[in-house]
Amino acid sequence: MIRLIPGDPARVLAGLMASEEDVELIREQLGLNKPLYVQPFTYMANLFTFNLGVSARTDSPVLYEVMARLPNTLALALSSTALAVALGVPLGVFAASRKSSKIDTLVSTFSIVGISLPTYWLGLIMITVFAVELHLLPAGGYGTPAHFVLPTITIALFLMAFIVKITKASVIDSMEKEYVVTARSKGLTERVILYKHILRNALIPVVTIIGLQFGSLLGGAVITETIYAWPGLGRLIIDAINNRDYPMVQGSIFIFALLYALVNLVTDLIYTIVDPRVRLG
Amino acid sequence: MNTLARELVKSKMVLASIIILLSFIFMALFADFLAPYSPIESDLSISNKPPSWEHPFGTDELGRDILSRVIHGAKLTLTISFAATAIGALVGIIVGILSGFYGRAVDTITQRFTDVLLALPGFLLAVMFVAIMGNNLATVIASVALSLVPSYIRMSRGLTLQVKELEYVLAAKQLGVSNIKIMTRHIIPNISPTLIAQITLNLGTAILFASGLGFLGIGVPPPQPEWGTMLGTGRTYMFYAPHLIIFPGLAVFLVVFSFNKIGDRIGEVIASK
Repeated sequence: MIRLIPGDPARVLAGLMASEEDVELIREQLGLNKPLYVQPFTYMANLFTFNLGVSARTDSPVLYEVMARLPNTLALALSSTALAVALGVPLGVFAASRKSSKIDTLVSTFSIVGISLPTYWLGLIMITVFAVELHLLPAGGYGTPAHFVLPTITIALFLMAFIVKITKASVIDSMEKEYVVTARSKGLTERVILYKHILRNALIPVVTIIGLQFGSLLGGAVITETIYAWPGLGRLIIDAINNRDYPMVQGSIFIFALLYALVNLVTDLIYTIVDPRVRLG
Repeated sequence: MNTLARELVKSKMVLASIIILLSFIFMALFADFLAPYSPIESDLSISNKPPSWEHPFGTDELGRDILSRVIHGAKLTLTISFAATAIGALVGIIVGILSGFYGRAVDTITQRFTDVLLALPGFLLAVMFVAIMGNNLATVIASVALSLVPSYIRMSRGLTLQVKELEYVLAAKQLGVSNIKIMTRHIIPNISPTLIAQITLNLGTAILFASGLGFLGIGVPPPQPEWGTMLGTGRTYMFYAPHLIIFPGLAVFLVVFSFNKIGDRIGEVIASK
């Protein structure tokens, strides 16, 4: 499928001044002179040994480049998920316990704003304010903890808005369950009811959402990493697309899909811990 | 439907959202009359000028009036949003209902197909699609529609599975009512409220996806005044001309917020019934 991208990679690689023979030589090296129907099969056979080919641009193995970028993407995804969960879950529970109050309305509005803010816009505005005007934080790049602050907040805000919404709905739902009535009639304190009975049950859908969102967060990395010049997998894909670096596009998408499947699997596993009723068949 | 409309306008925030949306639709329809300047023609002598009386939102890197571009951009953004969501929802819902209703082989095939689409996060799927097919208005619409399809298949399939076991549907089947009639008369009306809430929310998502593509430089290509594309090119100049990124982004936010607020409220109203 990737081969349908218009443009000839051999020609891009050879440069404007290259002769026809040079282009032909590069084609041969990349296996591009083999028939189109043979290429995908060779590729798939190589996948089993994680041989993702060689970048058409830098000549280094695709797997090497992808693996060098992967930790950066994961670090950002984990830090923003952690921030979003740490703030989102308590805020959702808080809003649920004061249902229909002013605070609740405020929190709900905040969560819709968070979902609606385009990440790329939020990122640019934050760079303008905190990096350009106030000189507090670096505008982009990677290295020190300070570099994490802006990208983490940018991603976390969206995720947090989502978590607040789901947590609130789930807690309100659990509050009306019979076991809560039973617990109350046993004379348990509201505190115990909230922590032991409501939260344990209410968190199940929240875990699912966090897992699902973690996946789409990886997709969103494409944008965040572009804004903050973050050396991650998302930017690797965009650069590779712009450079017509087919092996790199294929390889990084493959790893991305693998990672995404892994996240979904882990979500299912965590599910069984949070909800002992669920058993893996 | 009337009660739903009445419930909706009760909330001030929802009413405000509806007004915002209507004004953007108005802007899109009458862009040619409303925009003070051409959105395409450039004048390099006035490039990157901050907001002034002649140009309330300032001018961009080619000296084009940003207000005019935002107004014309509404046309593009809303077209993409409505077209992509309509295609995605239509395909997804039809496939989902058929899959849930007939089960067996039909179900297996469609579900494996859905698995393939779900192998990548939605936005990345859209990115790959435009990377392969080239980027223009049609491919952007198609890519966003494609990324929305799987959720509609899953959702309408699940709902159909529930509804098809309801007693009156079983009764209709016993009476020999044709499958097509059962689907159009019983299943669709039953599952549509939930789907309508989803569609409203997706109108916002579609905009975020389409302008996200534009931001990355693989959306609707310049010189078209698509909001995301404007943000993407404006980014280069934002350090000394921040007005280039403020207004297109604000437009995206307002429209997406309105769709989300209305969709959220529809969901609440349906759930409370």
